[in-house]
Amino acid sequence: MKVGLFIPCYIDQFYPQVGIATLSLLEKLGCDVVYPQGQTCCGQPMANSGFEHLTHGCNELFVDHFEGLDYIVGPSGSCVLHIKDHLHVEGKEQAATHIRQRIYELAEFLTDVLKVDHLKAKFPHKVGIHQSCHGQRGLGLAQMSELVAAPFSKPQRLLQMVEGLELVELKRTDECCGFGGTFCVFEEAVSVKMGKDRIADHVNNGAEYITGNDVSCLMHLEGILRRQKSDVKVLHIAEILNSSI
Amino acid sequence: MEHQHKEHSLLAEEFNANEPRVNWHDETLWWVRQKRDKMAWTIPEWEDLREAASRIKHNVLGNLHDYLLEFEKNAQANGAVVHWAADAAEHNKIVLQLLQEQGVKRMVKSKSMLTEECHLNPYLAEHGIEVIDTDLGERIVQLAKEPPSHIVLPCIHKKKEEIGELFHEHLGTPAGNADPKFLTAAARQHLRAEFIQSRVAITGVNFAVAETGEMVVCTNEGNADMGAHLADVHIACMGIEKIIPQRKHLGVFLRLLARSATGQPITTYSSHFRAPKKGQQLHIVLVDNGRSRQLGREDFRNSLKCIRCGACMNTCPVYRRSGGHSYHNAIAGPIGAILAPNLDMKEYADLPFASTLCGSCSNVCPVKIDIHQQLYKWRQVITREGYTKKTKAAGMHAMNIVLSKPGLYKTAGGIGRWVMRTFPAVVNNGLNPWFRQREMPEPPKESFADWYKKNRKQ
Ligand code: SF4
Repeated sequence: MKVGLFIPCYIDQFYPQVGIATLSLLEKLGCDVVYPQGQTCCGQPMANSGFEHLTHGCNELFVDHFEGLDYIVGPSGSCVLHIKDHLHVEGKEQAATHIRQRIYELAEFLTDVLKVDHLKAKFPHKVGIHQSCHGQRGLGLAQMSELVAAPFSKPQRLLQMVEGLELVELKRTDECCGFGGTFCVFEEAVSVKMGKDRIADHVNNGAEYITGNDVSCLMHLEGILRRQKSDVKVLHIAEILNSSI
Repeated sequence: MEHQHKEHSLLAEEFNANEPRVNWHDETLWWVRQKRDKMAWTIPEWEDLREAASRIKHNVLGNLHDYLLEFEKNAQANGAVVHWAADAAEHNKIVLQLLQEQGVKRMVKSKSMLTEECHLNPYLAEHGIEVIDTDLGERIVQLAKEPPSHIVLPCIHKKKEEIGELFHEHLGTPAGNADPKFLTAAARQHLRAEFIQSRVAITGVNFAVAETGEMVVCTNEGNADMGAHLADVHIACMGIEKIIPQRKHLGVFLRLLARSATGQPITTYSSHFRAPKKGQQLHIVLVDNGRSRQLGREDFRNSLKCIRCGACMNTCPVYRRSGGHSYHNAIAGPIGAILAPNLDMKEYADLPFASTLCGSCSNVCPVKIDIHQQLYKWRQVITREGYTKKTKAAGMHAMNIVLSKPGLYKTAGGIGRWVMRTFPAVVNNGLNPWFRQREMPEPPKESFADWYKKNRKQ
């Protein structure tokens, strides 16, 4: 099974360790992973700001890099959702459709495709899960608190396989952290307030680490935590699942 | 971009100057959201009920023309007079004329977001007619000379102490008394006097049944009944999308409305108005005001399914932390942000951006409007029509140039870790809004792509 590794731009530039953890985790689980070089971005920052019409350059690049693979996996729910919902390229619609249907966020790839039921990871800490909205409400990584429907959570299931890891319970299980792409700068006041409130929920419930499936949200939370000089750290779920396997 | 109002982000920033108050506002509304959750969970078929409501409204929107005519015919047969208003101005004129015919200078009105949308109160005031809002929350904001900040809970932004002060000033209650029970009783006394003298009563409409020509008005205070029954003339104002086909469909909507709105099983009063009493007049004003235009916008048509329950506001993490007034529109929150651009795209160009697109609104919506997707689509339309700030557009074009060329991206990234530089730069206000209350990520020694080259065989 040939898996194309999709490393979104800000992970590539700021959080290479998340890309590395994702790659080695997939390799340890027996996937044949390729990382198409020259990839940049899914186009979401522009599209969410109202500039979807500018994204065909990004779309074309994306199709060129990822066509013909069995699966495409990326450690970011938000970017994966964007591709799933919006990737179209004139003249290459078949390849684009294949990609839209075959792209997975890491946690859902592990649970739904690889059907992972145990991991040799160890992480003896108290961890809070930040459910990023696009992964949760968009990709369905976990049940949404608004719906009258049976609960489930793919990230939680995976984290429960990690030895020594203790999940903390939150007061608000799936409230948005306020990152929201360019929202984080155009609506700075509300964005930061939302982030602070999310952090307080984790801290009040004893989390030492905040983890999640989207580096963008974590980057925002980390920025606030560091400004607060807090000891609480953020880690992408791949880093925890990949720890000392 | 010049606006009559400050933009949402600025108003929100002002609201956030008082953090304890933001916390209070957030907690108060979150509590309402939790009550809604509890109530929803008492109904195992909740999600089916939402689906049913959504489909009934789908049918209504597809056949609106016929249902409206059916409603008109039946209402007329019941003895009501039906008026059609193309826009807010026409609506206001019709109401004014009816009031002038009666020669009244003062009258009562129960809650109606439509009359807010049409700015009826100030219009009538200009013509020397005073409107007394009889919904307690609306009366409070009216006394404070403020617009409502929420469609169901109009004075949710006010603390009880502030209401006590207002009542002391306007209704003569003792200074310093902020006991909700006492204040409610005082308001009731005050409003009774108004009800009794008022010869005309205006009400809104929650549901208008095409099959029977009747209207249903939902209140918790019974103020719609009180006004309409005591007055000689009842004027019911409704948007044309309030139609439902048959009486039996009320069961679906009444079960959803109050549960979604306040977490009550049903509103205290669901008052049916069908025919005028002997000697009484019943006027129904059907208002379009942009609704047909919205109906013609395929991507945004579903917004007309809205039953004004306010659940999308209570759940919205941005609304809870920016307050209803930051939306500078009669209808705030997520639903306001998808309705307002239809009325004036330039004036409300900021609203679809006042969201993280988290999607919680669409999930609570009892008629399953795809609110967050419409927010995304409005962003595209507003940008295409040229209502985005020039600086933002320039930033986006620059970002696009870098992102669509791998070579450029590599250099730009290597030099400056461009993401963080590009994002804040698009705001272009001399400050870096990321950094104000957040640290920048520490730039790593190498990018993932560089690491990969060194560590994996090509
Ligand atoms: S959009 Fe939906 S949730 Fe919001 S007020 Fe309307 S019906 Fe209620």
